[in-house]
Amino acid sequence: MAKPKIATDWLGGCAGCHMSLLDIDERLVALLDKVELTSSPITDLKVPPASGVDVGILEGAVNNDEHVHTAKRMRERCRVLVALGDCAVFGGIVNMRNYFPISESLRRAYVANESTVDGVIPGSEDIMRPIAARAVDKVVKVDVYLPGCPPTAEQILYVLSELVEGRIPKIVGEELKYE
Amino acid sequence: MSRKIMIEPVTRIEGHAKISIYVDDDGQVERAFFHVNEFRGFEKFCEGRMFYEMPWITPRICGICPVSHHLAAAKTADGIAGVAPTRTANLLRELMHMGQIIQSHALHFFELAGPDLILGFDASPAVRNVAGLIQQQPELALKGVGLRRYGQEIIRTLGEKKVHPRFAVVGGVNAALTPAGRDAILAGIDQSLADAKLGVNLARSWLEEHGDYATHFASFPCGYMGMVQDDGALELFEGKIRLTDCNGRELVRFAGAQYLDHVGEHVEPWSYLKFPYYLPFGWPDGSYRVGPLARLNVASHISTPLANEEHKRWKALNGGKPVEGTLYYHYARMIEVIYALERVQQLLDDPDILSNDIVVNSNEVTGHAVGAIEAPRGTLFHDYHTDGDGKLTRVNFIIATGHNNWAMNKAVEEVAKGYVDGNHLTEGMLNRVEAAIRAYDPCLSCSTHAVGQMPLAVSLLGPGGQELDYRVRG
Repeated sequence: MAKPKIATDWLGGCAGCHMSLLDIDERLVALLDKVELTSSPITDLKVPPASGVDVGILEGAVNNDEHVHTAKRMRERCRVLVALGDCAVFGGIVNMRNYFPISESLRRAYVANESTVDGVIPGSEDIMRPIAARAVDKVVKVDVYLPGCPPTAEQILYVLSELVEGRIPKIVGEELKYE
Repeated sequence: MSRKIMIEPVTRIEGHAKISIYVDDDGQVERAFFHVNEFRGFEKFCEGRMFYEMPWITPRICGICPVSHHLAAAKTADGIAGVAPTRTANLLRELMHMGQIIQSHALHFFELAGPDLILGFDASPAVRNVAGLIQQQPELALKGVGLRRYGQEIIRTLGEKKVHPRFAVVGGVNAALTPAGRDAILAGIDQSLADAKLGVNLARSWLEEHGDYATHFASFPCGYMGMVQDDGALELFEGKIRLTDCNGRELVRFAGAQYLDHVGEHVEPWSYLKFPYYLPFGWPDGSYRVGPLARLNVASHISTPLANEEHKRWKALNGGKPVEGTLYYHYARMIEVIYALERVQQLLDDPDILSNDIVVNSNEVTGHAVGAIEAPRGTLFHDYHTDGDGKLTRVNFIIATGHNNWAMNKAVEEVAKGYVDGNHLTEGMLNRVEAAIRAYDPCLSCSTHAVGQMPLAVSLLGPGGQELDYRVRG
């Protein structure tokens, strides 16, 4: 039987959930015996294979037009979608920016800023447009929620191990933590 | 009229960073642009929060080196409260910081960039990653994994979590180190030093083997910035910031609080990542590099014996002048791991390390402070203003990776010059452009977001927009 395939990506977040994934440490070896890691920020494959993956994992909130696209593509190409960490689950700290108009945030960072000289707000066609930050499930259906900032390596390993065995993991009791 | 060909990613669907390269009539590269694609807005949305929350909020700028933000925020918060942490608190903060230097550098060397060096730039993208390394060279991969784990365990021992720990507070830290915690860290140090030496040797011998290539790959002169001790030795936690010119001559040495007198930031409309530069020289002449390569160039020596031995070799690479080749960042990074491990030993041997005198209270609000630290990727500044109650009114960050923005653009341009021949793209170009950027270990989460995500697809467009060539990876 072919190994189950996993794809991961990050949206608007800090990469900390992927760091926690790497904190699985030497248990990665056993995990990689059981699963095939396809596209991921930690590999050179950038896009989930068109033939699909068994498990898709998204870290971070949706906060620009590209993230919407990335989330939808992951949803289309995976059987089970995992929202990894507080930002993906409910928007997390990224949502704090919604208390301010995006134009004000951009102005503060790039124009009205003490260290910036002759500032302009970046806006060439080469770069993405920010949108109000939101959880992944505001854009696509999510099957498994794993909160935490970040979730621990043990929690991530548990979720992956259950999914690999074809079970939907249940995160309850002390394992269910938000920050 | 100069004919221009533009190379840009076809899709907007992937990667928070992407690259455009402009080519002239003769197929020669004129300019390259490294676009950083995302904006989160921490500087604005921290306004209105209390200053003492910043050690919890700002690590979420970056989950790869959260301890840098945690500690820079704590230092700034100390300044707002007008307190100096106790000696033990500073020792423990530095210990956590060394844990981070070890984990972040080990992660980068063995798990992110290492596969390029160890498996080869032209290895199949399907295996040229940490999973491929684990499968092909499990023993080496596991040493790297173990070294990173050691750094992460130091962080967890002090702050309960490996990523986003809670440890530093205004005026100190929230928990003393227990004898059991100290002994657990000490127990792992010999193995970690052995593994780090393996990394140093791997990096040095790779560079020796590929000497000509490494010396010329994305090699260019510029200024260098890094923290130093009073006698000019490498410093990562607390000290003045030294800026040198391209020949290694000191231009200025300043305390973090004076950063606005020396550092300005330029903005380009095509990137969310700003371009810091040395103000008196203006943009772009005042551009400089930061991070491991810059720090080893800036430092006159290293205060710990093993790292200093290796640093002597470093200084000999270019006859005492700054080392310019981008790939030398990898070597510098591993030398810093040796230093960090030696510092861990020194800190744990300090008789004050187990003291319970870990925090100083204050009921003052000064209204303004700056905190600086050497993050794994370079110099980091936090700058807060508050009202009389300590509510933040103005927050400014200059983030480590930002200082290298000019250099990453320059590196892409230098590499592209060697690999773009006007009318078609080669796989070799894609690999090497990525490798050039990756050598800076860019942590674009910091200030924006986009660690390591490189272009998926590049197309070569003629002046009329017609597609001349197209390459896709993945």
